Amino acid sequence: MTVTLFIPCFVDALFPRAGISMVEILERLGHKVVFPEAITCCGQPPFNSGYWDEARTVAAKVLPQLANAEAVVIGSGSCGAMLKVFYPQLFENTPQAALAKQISGRTWEFSDFLVSQLGVTDLGAKFPHKVTFHDGCHGLRELGIKKSPRALLGKVNGLELVEMSEAETCCGFGGTFAAKFPMISTAMGEVKCASAVETSAEYIVSNDSSCLMHIQGLLSRQGNPLKTIHLAEVLNQR
Amino acid sequence: MSFVSQFKAQAQVMTGDLRHRKFIRRALRNYETVRDARKASFQDWPGARQRAAETKWQAVNHLDQHLEQFAAKLESRGTKVHWATTAAQAREIILKIVHDKQAKSVIKSKAMTSEEIHLNDALEHAGLNVVESDLGELIVQLRKETPYHIVFPSMHLTRDEISELFQRELGAAATNDPEELTMIARRALRKKYLTADIGITGANFAIAETGMISITENEGNARLTAALPKTMISLLGIEKVLPRMDDLALFLPLLATMGTGQQLTCYNTLYSGPRQPGETDGPEEWHVVLLDNHRTELLADAEQRDALHCIRCGACLNVCPIFRNVGGHTYGTTYSGPIGSVITPHLRGLQEWKHLSSASSLCGACTETCPVKIDLHHHLLQNRRNAAKQKPSFGEQTAFKLFAFAANRPTLWNFGMTMARIFQPLQGAVKGSMLDPAKAWTKTRDLPPIAPESFKAWWRNRK
Repeated sequence: MTVTLFIPCFVDALFPRAGISMVEILERLGHKVVFPEAITCCGQPPFNSGYWDEARTVAAKVLPQLANAEAVVIGSGSCGAMLKVFYPQLFENTPQAALAKQISGRTWEFSDFLVSQLGVTDLGAKFPHKVTFHDGCHGLRELGIKKSPRALLGKVNGLELVEMSEAETCCGFGGTFAAKFPMISTAMGEVKCASAVETSAEYIVSNDSSCLMHIQGLLSRQGNPLKTIHLAEVLNQR
Repeated sequence: MSFVSQFKAQAQVMTGDLRHRKFIRRALRNYETVRDARKASFQDWPGARQRAAETKWQAVNHLDQHLEQFAAKLESRGTKVHWATTAAQAREIILKIVHDKQAKSVIKSKAMTSEEIHLNDALEHAGLNVVESDLGELIVQLRKETPYHIVFPSMHLTRDEISELFQRELGAAATNDPEELTMIARRALRKKYLTADIGITGANFAIAETGMISITENEGNARLTAALPKTMISLLGIEKVLPRMDDLALFLPLLATMGTGQQLTCYNTLYSGPRQPGETDGPEEWHVVLLDNHRTELLADAEQRDALHCIRCGACLNVCPIFRNVGGHTYGTTYSGPIGSVITPHLRGLQEWKHLSSASSLCGACTETCPVKIDLHHHLLQNRRNAAKQKPSFGEQTAFKLFAFAANRPTLWNFGMTMARIFQPLQGAVKGSMLDPAKAWTKTRDLPPIAPESFKAWWRNRK
C-alpha cells in the first residue's frame, strides 16, 4: 500500500522523531511512504478560533496534495480529527465539498491505521519501561480511538502499562486556548501531571505530540523527571 | 470591567486556590462513582440516551403544538397560564399576582428560571419576604450568593462554613453534623411554609399530553411549597416540555442518574391543577408562567437547536475540566459549565459572552456525558465562528491572515521555522517575562526546543 504521511506543523519543527519513526515503521511493514512536502499546516489554529475563512484558505491548499492518496496517515488525533471530522464541515457547500469528504474517508490516525486497517499490533518493538498512556481528546472523542494504542503497547517487549486515573481527562492544551486562558490551561495540565506521577511511570506516552508538548512543558518547569514520548517512537524502539 | 475581564480575573484567583480545586474535584469524582453505578443498572445505557435525545428532538421540533396542548390541558382544570416573552414580562406577571393577592411573604422551591430572571431581587424590591426552601438554595441565599452549580447550589462550602453561616444568620448553635445542620434549616423553614402567602416552584418536566408538571426533589420542600400556601406559581422555560406521560418512565431515572447518581430522587410529584371541588388540600389558585427569554431564538438556530434538549441535570458541569478548575461562580452566569457557555451567548448576547465559548479546550467530555446528546463542544466552536463572523477581532483576524499567507507559501513557512530555531536561544533570556513574546505559555510552561533538523529536512536528506 502507498501511505501518504501528513506531518503536523509541530511534529515537523519540534518533534521530527515522531514522524521519522512512523516512516520507518511503515516501511518495515513493506509499505511505500509518500510525503507531500508542500503541506505546512492543516489550518486548525484559525479554525478553532472561529476564523473559518482563513482556515479554509490553508485547508484548500492541503486538499489537492492529498487528492490521489490511497491512505492518509497522521500521527496526531488532533490534526487527524481536523481532516477527518472538520474538513467536511469546513468545505460544506463549497466546490471542494466532495473532495473533502473523500479525503476524510481515507484519513487515519497512525495507531488506528496500524490496528484497524493493517491488522498489525506486534511491531517487534522493545521498550523496557513503565509507561502510562494519555488519551488526547480529539483522538479519543472525535475519532473514537481508545483501544488501538493500548493494543500496540501491549505487544511491546518489556513495556509495563499503568493506567492513570485521569487518562481521559484533557491535558489543558487546546491550541490557542493555552495562550488565551493560560491559568485554566495550566491548572488542567497540573491535574494531568499529578495523575501521571501517581502511577510512578517513567514515561507518558500519547498518540498526540501537541498534548505531550503541553505536558512536557509543565513537567520540565516543575523539574519533574517524568518524560513524554510519542507512541510511534516507542513502537520504533528495537 | 467587561464580562471577559471579570471572567479572566476570577479564573486567575480560582485556579490559584488549590484547596478549592481539590475539594471540588474530590466531590465530583465521588459523583462519577455513584453515577457510574446507576448507569450500570440501565439495561442499555446508550439506547436510553438515544431514546431520550429522540424524545426531546420530537418535543423541541414540535414545540408549538406541545405547548398549546400543555396550556389547554392546564386551563381545562382551572390553572391560569401566562406566556412571558422576556424576563421583564415574567417578573411583571409574577409581581402582579403577588400584588393582587396582597401577599407579604413568598416561599420558593428550587428554580433556575427564577435565577435567570432575577426574581428574588424583584420580589424583595417590591417589599416581600422571600425564602428559598431547598437547603442548598437557602444556604446561598443567606450568603447573598448565586448558586454555585445548577444542581448542587452550595457544593463549594464545607460543613463548618455552613455552620458559621447558620450561627450568624439563624442564631443556631455550632455543629458540623450534617443531620443537625439539616434540622436547623428545617426548623427555620417549617414556620415559613405555614405563613407564606405564595409558593413559587420551577419544574423539571412539563407533560403536554396531560397538562401536568413534574418536580423531582430529595427534601420534600417543593411539595410543601406547592401544597401549603393558598397561591402557587410555577415558572418554567418553554423547553421543559415532554410529549407524553410515558416519557417520564425514562426521564425521571435519567435525570436522577445523571443529576445526583440516584436511581430516582426521593420525591417525584406530578401537579395537575389547583384544588378541585371536593378536594381537601392544595393551592386555591395555580399560575403557570411559561418563559421564552430568547429560547425561541435558539429554536430558530437549526445548528444549535438541540441545546433546548437540556434537562438541567448538571452532568456536563460535573465532568468539565474547566468547571472543575475555575468553579461555578467564575462564569458570572445563571447557567455555568458547558451548557451555560453554549446558551448564555444566545440568552444574553454573543459578543458579551463569546469568551465562555473560547474558554474551552474543546475536549468534548461534556458531549460524551450529556444524557440527551447535546452536541455541546461543537456548539462552542460554532459560537466562536459566529462571533468572529459577526464582529472579527482586528488583531486576531490579521494574525490568522498572516498565518494563512505563510502557511500557503512553504518556502516562507520553512524560512520562518529556521529563523525561529536561530532566535529561540534568545528567548531563553527573557523567558516568562514581559518581554517574552510567548509569555502566555512560558510563564508556567517550558517551550520545547525547535529541532536542529526538521522532519522535512530529514526527508529531503535521506532521498
